[in-house]
Amino acid sequence: MERGRIVVENALRKRNGRAGLIPFVVAGDPDVAQSLHMLRILSEVADVIEIGIPYSDPLADGPAIQGGAARALASGMNLARARDLIAQVRAYSSVPIIAFTYANPVYKTGYRAFLEGIQSVGADGVIIPDLPHEESGELRAELARLDLAYVPLVALTSGERAARIAKTATGFVYCVSTLGVTGERKQFAAQLPALVQEVKAASTVPVAVGFGVSSPEQVAELAQYADGVIVGSAFVKYAGMIGAANESDKGRLLDQFRAFANDLARATDKGEK
Amino acid sequence: MSPDQAGRYGDFGGRFVPETLMSALYQLEQDFARVRNESGFQAQLRELLSEYAGRATPLYEAKRLTQIAGGAKIYLKREDLNHTGAHKINNTIGQGLLAKWTGKRRVIAETGAGQHGVATATVAALLGLSCTVFMGEEDIRRQALNVFRMELLGAQVQAVVNGTGTLKDATNEALRHWVEHVNDTYYIVGSVVGPHPYPYIVREFQRIIGEETKVQILEKEGRLPNAIVAAVGGGSNAMGIFYPFLEDEGVRLVGVEAAGEGIDTVRHAASIARGSKGIIHGALTYLLQDQDGQITPAHSISAGLDYPGIGPEHAHLHASGRAEYVPITDQEALDAFVALSRDEGIIPALESAHALAYALKMAPTMAKDDILVVNLSGRGDKDVDSVRAYLNQGGDGHGTR
Repeated sequence: MERGRIVVENALRKRNGRAGLIPFVVAGDPDVAQSLHMLRILSEVADVIEIGIPYSDPLADGPAIQGGAARALASGMNLARARDLIAQVRAYSSVPIIAFTYANPVYKTGYRAFLEGIQSVGADGVIIPDLPHEESGELRAELARLDLAYVPLVALTSGERAARIAKTATGFVYCVSTLGVTGERKQFAAQLPALVQEVKAASTVPVAVGFGVSSPEQVAELAQYADGVIVGSAFVKYAGMIGAANESDKGRLLDQFRAFANDLARATDKGEK
Repeated sequence: MSPDQAGRYGDFGGRFVPETLMSALYQLEQDFARVRNESGFQAQLRELLSEYAGRATPLYEAKRLTQIAGGAKIYLKREDLNHTGAHKINNTIGQGLLAKWTGKRRVIAETGAGQHGVATATVAALLGLSCTVFMGEEDIRRQALNVFRMELLGAQVQAVVNGTGTLKDATNEALRHWVEHVNDTYYIVGSVVGPHPYPYIVREFQRIIGEETKVQILEKEGRLPNAIVAAVGGGSNAMGIFYPFLEDEGVRLVGVEAAGEGIDTVRHAASIARGSKGIIHGALTYLLQDQDGQITPAHSISAGLDYPGIGPEHAHLHASGRAEYVPITDQEALDAFVALSRDEGIIPALESAHALAYALKMAPTMAKDDILVVNLSGRGDKDVDSVRAYLNQGGDGHGTR
């Protein structure tokens, strides 16, 4: 089975005007069993899945995803178990998987060892939000060697950096929709469409938008001009509810989670409008 | 030594932050380089440091302490006599002015015990800037008086409930807030930590401690000291007094880390003695972490040293061997806290008591005509409650008597 950057790029190349849905959840949130249920559901609707490897100090995340990381760590999640979890998803699904984590766990493990580890269980690339262009030379070299996707973030404040960063991307470019950390928001910055256009012009890979996206309406809006839409906090909130629920209610919440994921997936189809 | 273009001191430092902040960090670097050379800025900074903060601070010969320790002559650099009671004001005046000169009308800061928060709120009041201070929930509980001080000074104190509710989490939250408000807000980082150019800017505003010390010791003794001892949490008071002596190879530079209940327990804050290389708050440095790179909680009786990382320039000075870093436990610091109070009539901050404790170990191993300078970085008023509670609990605090 072909894996790595190329499957990520292919998954997000526009087909019939449809944008890709890229859900994010934290590995092991709220616990391994429920996390696996949620990933099974997402694997049926996602074009690419982002799996968070939880970190103690998630600087780029708002309260929802911070909560997810804290629940996962409290349930015993660690790097080795996160790899096991990715392997279990890969056992039944060919959906491209991007690992999302922070610079320190990768640095501590060693860039090469970390990337070879996640590649061996079937991950196709990484996002590391606190490793900007200037600090990512070694990571990019290792990713290129392994043919894994390097998904850099481009922000509204990037200015002339945007095009330079876009050129380094493999897999896709991640455009940050707002100033601030992850978390649901009512609206996106007015300059967002222009940023996406600029990045698209500079890049040879698909361009996705994330941060603050939580409703089918927002997904439909972004699908007008982005190749992919990333939804994180809104999914992670379900993990919080599932973790807090009685056993008898978990199934019902998973059904709601499935319905929500389906609504978002339908909203990526511009033909519907 | 200045950091290189990548903001590195040797291997350490850098800018490990979300992309949204990168342009702001470059802008800050340029602004600082430009503004610091303007004569109007320099004049204002000089005036505030002398007329408002009370500089220069004395270099005081602690004769009784010298006699009791029985060895090198001990001098105390009296940063505790600054307005707001610690060296922190040197930096907040500098960065507050920088904010003002670059047209920012709002500042934010992180604080642990509240000293940097109070120093920031003070300068914000003075300069007419709006001010929000991020402080962990646990620290707010422990340092209620400093919370009231900040509010009295007109600052808004924002409780941080996530993580361990301490300085590390307050710093995370201040950085997150800055990401969201980067266009109109100046972040006054409180120590020589964080992404470049912060460790550089803070050191440049704190080096006045060492510059004064050098002039003063040459006046008093006609020669440089044999050793300088300073406590290290993030490390701004130590970097401030060390920096002007880096080229003076004959001067031993000793940074004192908080060993908490002991560096062989899990409750300490000794990033160099027991940490490993990693990335925290935007910089590559030494920090306390597990094998997966999860940051582990620090512990010290001194809230100002209760931090799992250390400034990148210190990491470099350790790696290069130019400075040495040693641990001092809670108990040793308490003993020194009591000793200075009784022998010199100076109640030191618990942070500074760590430096003092090591100086009291070191002085007897040195010759009588050797000179040892201790950076007395802050006064201990803020700590008397927690020390009283500790002494009542059964710690005797009489170790040196």
